[in-house]
Amino acid sequence: MSSAQADAAIQTYLDAQQDKDLLRFITCGSVDDGKSTLIGRLLYESKLLFEDQLTALASDSRRVGTQGEELDFALLVDGLSAEREQGITIDVAYRAFTTDKRKFIVADTPGHEQYTRNMATGASTADLAVILIDARKGILTQTRRHSYIVTQLGIRHLVVAINKMDLVEYNQEVFERIESDYRELATSMGVDDIVCIPVSALKGDNVTEPSTVMTWYHGPTLLAHLETVSNTDGKADERFLMPVQWVNRPNQNFRGFAGQIASGRARPGDEIRVLPSARTSKIAKIVTYDGECEDAVAGQSVTLVMEDEVDASRGSVICAADDPVSVADQFEASILWMDNEPMLPGRPYMIKIGTRLLPGAIAVPKYTVNVNTFEHIAAKTLELNEFGVCNISLDDPVPFTAYTENRDLGGFIIIDRFTNNTVGMGLIHFALRRASNIHWQALDVGKDTRAKKKKQRPCVLWFTGLSGSGKSTVANLVEKRLLSQGAHTYLLDGDNVRHGLNKDLGFTDADRVENIRRVAEVSRLMVDAGLIVLVSFISPFRSERLMARELVEREEFFEVFIDTPLEICEQRDPKGLYAKARRGEIKNFTGIDSDYEQPENAELRIDTSVKSAEQSADEIVRFLEDAGKLVT
Amino acid sequence: MTINLGTAHKHIRKFSNSSKTTATGPQPLTMTHGLTHLQRLESEAIHIMREVVAECEHPVMLYSIGKDSAVMLHLAMKAFHPSKPPFPILHVDTTWKFREMIVFRDDTAKKLGLDLIVHTNPDGLAKGVNPFDHGSALHTEIMKTEALKQALNQYGFDAAFGGARRDEEKSRAKERIFSFRTAQHRWDPKNQRPELWQLYNTRMNRGESLRVFPLSNWTELDIWQYIYLENIPIVPLYFAKERPVVDRDGQLIMVDDERMPLLPGEEPEMRVVRFRTLGCYPLTGAVESPAATLPEIIQEMLLTTSSERSGRVIDHDQAASMEKKKQEGYF
Repeated sequence: MSSAQADAAIQTYLDAQQDKDLLRFITCGSVDDGKSTLIGRLLYESKLLFEDQLTALASDSRRVGTQGEELDFALLVDGLSAEREQGITIDVAYRAFTTDKRKFIVADTPGHEQYTRNMATGASTADLAVILIDARKGILTQTRRHSYIVTQLGIRHLVVAINKMDLVEYNQEVFERIESDYRELATSMGVDDIVCIPVSALKGDNVTEPSTVMTWYHGPTLLAHLETVSNTDGKADERFLMPVQWVNRPNQNFRGFAGQIASGRARPGDEIRVLPSARTSKIAKIVTYDGECEDAVAGQSVTLVMEDEVDASRGSVICAADDPVSVADQFEASILWMDNEPMLPGRPYMIKIGTRLLPGAIAVPKYTVNVNTFEHIAAKTLELNEFGVCNISLDDPVPFTAYTENRDLGGFIIIDRFTNNTVGMGLIHFALRRASNIHWQALDVGKDTRAKKKKQRPCVLWFTGLSGSGKSTVANLVEKRLLSQGAHTYLLDGDNVRHGLNKDLGFTDADRVENIRRVAEVSRLMVDAGLIVLVSFISPFRSERLMARELVEREEFFEVFIDTPLEICEQRDPKGLYAKARRGEIKNFTGIDSDYEQPENAELRIDTSVKSAEQSADEIVRFLEDAGKLVT
Repeated sequence: MTINLGTAHKHIRKFSNSSKTTATGPQPLTMTHGLTHLQRLESEAIHIMREVVAECEHPVMLYSIGKDSAVMLHLAMKAFHPSKPPFPILHVDTTWKFREMIVFRDDTAKKLGLDLIVHTNPDGLAKGVNPFDHGSALHTEIMKTEALKQALNQYGFDAAFGGARRDEEKSRAKERIFSFRTAQHRWDPKNQRPELWQLYNTRMNRGESLRVFPLSNWTELDIWQYIYLENIPIVPLYFAKERPVVDRDGQLIMVDDERMPLLPGEEPEMRVVRFRTLGCYPLTGAVESPAATLPEIIQEMLLTTSSERSGRVIDHDQAASMEKKKQEGYF
């Protein structure tokens, strides 16, 4: 073939390629339903394997395969060596393949319940879900769980591949019974777009080629269906929304807002509104590397330049001026917990929603959902892989939509502030009314006025340490000295507060978090009142101490770590609690069977095993004087 | 020298729907058709790069000079236009790259006005580590993996873009787009952060870092197609030409300079070859091919029977070798 002919031929080919769209789908099913085999088969049949890969597959199949002399397609997909050895799929694997009609990216996800989070990960970017059912077993608990999760995540196209038909003698009645059961299940979840296909991933029936055995089935093969299912999400026809990712300022004369359009379209001249500031302007131009764009649609990454100097930054959302989204700081949301450490109500986590990252806290769940039976269950927390409905409150109001309207502005992730892990995902249902109705009441007399009157600068001295470390003894001495110098103080003591304000709380992790949250809020009010507040609480978790710190100004919080070794505290055991804990009479006792997370950056560290209480108190008072808190 | 498509390009419909670049005028996207797959992939890659720049303190782009790097760099030019990409590009030079790669690298950085950092492992250099005496595994370990860690530590980069694709190798198929590394640059495949929607978690402690792969969802064909449609310059070694090669263990190795020791009986011969992947010349097998233009390369690719990485000697060292290398900090 000459070069010119090759050019012409390839051009025709590329033209056809260019018009292809992309379908992202997820495969899910229980262990041994044959997911990896099915995907391997799709790759194989769509001629996506090279000779050397086939050779490797043939040799791997003989060595570790489960199919005797035949090719074990699962080996193509199970990438990590641990998985190959155990014969299961641990993580999400993404594979791309293409046919003459469409490009595909498939997320292969694990079936075990302990990998529910991996499945949700794969589902979050999918347009369609293929749910595998073993024809011998019918609908299993896992089938229900997977179906629930994919529909919760907003996948509306479900394909039910009833697999291993070869092992039930390609029996039509078996297929029809499972199909009817599944339709009933789907109806209960509010889904009606379902296609059921009888297949054998192992033998290849109805995967890419119509089965020569199951002549009773007249529907499409799996691949034919994937190639033709409608994949327009209609996002381009909805209202215009674009979260600002980055402000592009190469020089004084250019200021562009870079982002990916979440829905709708943008054209020069369109009137827009920037949230949360609510300022309006018009799009002057849409800048791209390839020139100015006249019409940008949902899914495109662009840079917008406005006619006026509008104040927008990362986290702002640009919307159509006449159809903006709402702004709120409290929501009801579905949350899937993804971390080994359970969710702690009230603990501050970082929340990422759209392009905004900010602190927020999750309330006690209204209920959790048993993902196998869909029952609602009362719960105090969310454990790994639990799905629940909770209220969530953010530190600032953010622009949002319901998840069902837009994934980009209705979905959020939850990040632990210390491990930095992604510990959960959330889907916004709606904003809570109280968020918009309770306004901060501006008062005439402020903190400064109150503090001046007392001739001091208010602050919190946060004493943390094990039970018996000497926190209360030292705090008590410090308060006496401060009072004798004319300061205005208050001492909040853990035991005392638990007799009143916090008497409804126990000692579980969740209750400890709430205990500290209330005390932190009270100490903030007292600082506002102009007082020097001494807080003497074990406060074992870093997250909550950080929360308390962040409630007041930077110069108003001093963490005093009473760092007395556990052995000494246990020897002292002033209240006999260690002895009881050792006998198992007290559960969740800090230092014994509940963790104490040591402060890393405490302003003061005091070991009362080498310093007397008096010396310790002196040191703290001197520290306060040096910090300029005691103005005389 | 860079190879340009010249006129073959003119009647191809331009990829982006902008106003100034097409012969036939803008092609507005219709409501019934969403974005094409390449438009989706392009937009996703740009979104990823902007997230990194917005959230990380000190990003860098790993630049290997290959076709994937060329595409990644082109996408970076798009993502931040009219600004330059707000990060340097880093080339880890083992000193065994093809000479044409180095020329191309320097030309590209100059032409695009980019801040190019070239790092070579000084210890490896002093000890004269090379693929012939030390073997491919040790050479790669010292001159590539170690060198990369050195450079990342030395400049304090907290995020590094790489051009890896999930279709290259099985363990890559499971890696996140934002892939977390410990302070020792290790990857823990069993403890990856869930990656949901397009909400990437970039939070980390000091010393820890991210590898970010904007081309994760691209295939080899996507890369070539995009190079073709966007007219992206690539190293001439991808195009067929007579080159001096020796046949060693079934791999055609190009004799790129006088440092290549010839085994008894080996005589370099001129053959029409090209490279499907580029790396250190002693570790990169050529393929015999007459494909001298992009359309011919794409056509050959569609008809070919051997996968891209089979030309790289390092992948064959041991079973599951890529996963092992990555755990140790190979990119």
